[in-house]
Amino acid sequence: MFDIVGKRFWFFLLSGAVILIAIISLVTFGLKLGIEFSSGSIVTVGFEQEVDQDDLKQELASLGYTNALIQHTGGGDFIIRTHELTSEDKISLEDALAEKFGHLSETEFNSVSPMIAAETTQNAAIAVAVAAVGILLYITWAFRRMPKPFHYGTCAIIALLHDALVALGVFSILGGILDWEINLMFITGVLAVIGYSVNNTVVVFDRIRENLREDVRVDFTIVVNNSLVETLSRSLNTSLTTLFVVLALLFFVGASIQNFAVVLLVGIIAGTFSSLCIAPQLLVVWEKGEWKRFIQWLPLPVVKAKGR
Amino acid sequence: MPRRKRLVFIIVLIIFALALSIVLPINEGVLGKRGIRLGLDLQGGIHVVYKADLSSVESGERDNAIEGVIAVLGNRINPMGVTEPVIQKQGDDRIVVELPGLSITDKEKESLSRVAILEFGELAADEEEAKWENERGRWKPTTAIIDGEEKALSSRYFKENTYIYHNERTGEIELIFEWDEEGSKLSEEITGRLINKPMGIFEGNEPLRGDDERSIAPIVQTTITSSGRITGLSLNEATRLSKQLNAGRLPVPLEIIYDQTVSPILGADFIDMSLTAGLIGIVLVMLFMTLYYRLPGLMASLALVFYGALVLALFKLIPVTLTLAGIGGFVLSIGMAVDANVLIFERMKEELRAGRTLGAAIEAGFNRAWTAIRDSNITTFIVCGILYWLGSSIVASAPVMGFALTLFIGVAVSMFTAIVVTRTLLRLFVGTRLAQRIPLFSVHAGKDNV
Repeated sequence: MFDIVGKRFWFFLLSGAVILIAIISLVTFGLKLGIEFSSGSIVTVGFEQEVDQDDLKQELASLGYTNALIQHTGGGDFIIRTHELTSEDKISLEDALAEKFGHLSETEFNSVSPMIAAETTQNAAIAVAVAAVGILLYITWAFRRMPKPFHYGTCAIIALLHDALVALGVFSILGGILDWEINLMFITGVLAVIGYSVNNTVVVFDRIRENLREDVRVDFTIVVNNSLVETLSRSLNTSLTTLFVVLALLFFVGASIQNFAVVLLVGIIAGTFSSLCIAPQLLVVWEKGEWKRFIQWLPLPVVKAKGR
Repeated sequence: MPRRKRLVFIIVLIIFALALSIVLPINEGVLGKRGIRLGLDLQGGIHVVYKADLSSVESGERDNAIEGVIAVLGNRINPMGVTEPVIQKQGDDRIVVELPGLSITDKEKESLSRVAILEFGELAADEEEAKWENERGRWKPTTAIIDGEEKALSSRYFKENTYIYHNERTGEIELIFEWDEEGSKLSEEITGRLINKPMGIFEGNEPLRGDDERSIAPIVQTTITSSGRITGLSLNEATRLSKQLNAGRLPVPLEIIYDQTVSPILGADFIDMSLTAGLIGIVLVMLFMTLYYRLPGLMASLALVFYGALVLALFKLIPVTLTLAGIGGFVLSIGMAVDANVLIFERMKEELRAGRTLGAAIEAGFNRAWTAIRDSNITTFIVCGILYWLGSSIVASAPVMGFALTLFIGVAVSMFTAIVVTRTLLRLFVGTRLAQRIPLFSVHAGKDNV
């Protein structure tokens, strides 16, 4: 039988390293906010003639849009992101571009004022916070008959924060390298991941609950390990089927829901890991009061010295 | 098969047939007009949020002002022939306008929210004052002082009874209008002052142009008090203007605070792409389930077909407005839909390994997996509820709400199909010879040490 719980310190170390990278990236690159959160306009245009992206950038700069961001889509369109444009601004911009590069057609226009952007940001933050609190309360309630229901809730929350952090970290790297933005679909994806991650964690906790009920005398570590092994193939299989559909979305739709699909992809992988290797292991460490042991185990001389 | 279980099986078949009859015919646009309602991002159209400037309106009159704005916007939009326009108040001072499927020019969009469609101008002395420019020079709004207040002449003082007159003598199209009381005073004052001088007519930033593409700027002949005419327009232009002028004037100025305009072509691509993604996703999931769980997996795959039909039928019945994100939610829910089955089948395998008969293993598997299915799905429901709230609280609501709704429906239906449909299908095998062939249920003999 696998001994999953026995490797708990290694899992913590791995997650800690990934999260450290995520935090470093968040600090260095930050997050690139989409217009929903930072206000501005996006015009998607297609030209009949071949247009070079650098020429377009130069033309935009000469029209006064020096900080316009340009992205070339797979379909040959250009996505131009600027500060907020009024209808008149947009008409004159498109007229100027048509004069320079020939006939163009606009496939999409989206404009968000600072007022709306501030509102959206605030409500998205509230939604994420309410989701976290709601799930904590729910899990505490669902495991209310267990000796320490609060432990279960807290560990599930730590696992979901872990997943959210990994997703944010990946997007800050993608933002730094490829100019990917955090948009509303990203937030939707993060919330979906939160639900998914907790879903997985609950299945494992449910098995722990059941196994504890059957025999309370067995050591908690063994109970948790048994529960993990028993639910292992379920956890992996569900993640696999979900990954299949997410990959299908990513490869066949892409574009507008690319952000969404990538968050789900990252989140499902992180969520599967955290529900198997973080949440239940934290329960064990908490139950056994092993924090000191973990710090002493860490292969870092400095930390070791402190730990003693 | 016991009578009650046979009854369940028949009911399941009936529901399936019903769902199919709602979803089909697919070729008559299951995702098109008559079928599932499509969001803006999939069928194109515009979604604009206006903020009304209520600073000049007394607080008691604000609701009336907004009502007035909505009525005028309705009058302006209706002639455009949109099938299901949405024009509604949001919050205290906002108006949401959604025009699905409409392909609209920027000029038309801009004129929707303009207080006055037409403004009148006189030649400006210097560049500073100028608001417009055309081949005849620089222009500034023409004004007069009425009751001690300076007012600009515009079509907001037109009565809403403009009409088009074809002057057979000159062969020209004339747009005839009448001034209201305030307009008469203004016009009298201004035309009196501008005799033998040109008067420019402007629509937004553009001069009004005749069918010869030249700016319309008649020379004022006499003082005009009650009614006037604009000549030189093409018939189409004159008709459009007359309709817009008769739609009434906005009681307060509007400012666009959110604008999303999508061309219908873009949306059509997304429908094809997401259909492909959904189909490929569902086939992959079916293959995996059948290869890994064998006979039960095959039954779960059949249940997945049932699932797809039921969800799409619900989308049509509720009706759910499908957006790209909504399709994302649906496709995602396909992957998650088998989760309940996976939970149950894993349980079944454990029970079979423990030496139970197939019938007992099926029942135990379903019963014991229930708490995990319930508790884990509730978290998804919580998230869906929060996302739905988020969607309803923000302006760019459609994607978030669409996702929340489709994921919710998907997960709820998946609980039903996994628990009722798959179980019913599996029970068909209990007591048959197939049930003796345990490898069909993917348990490796002798591996019962877990």
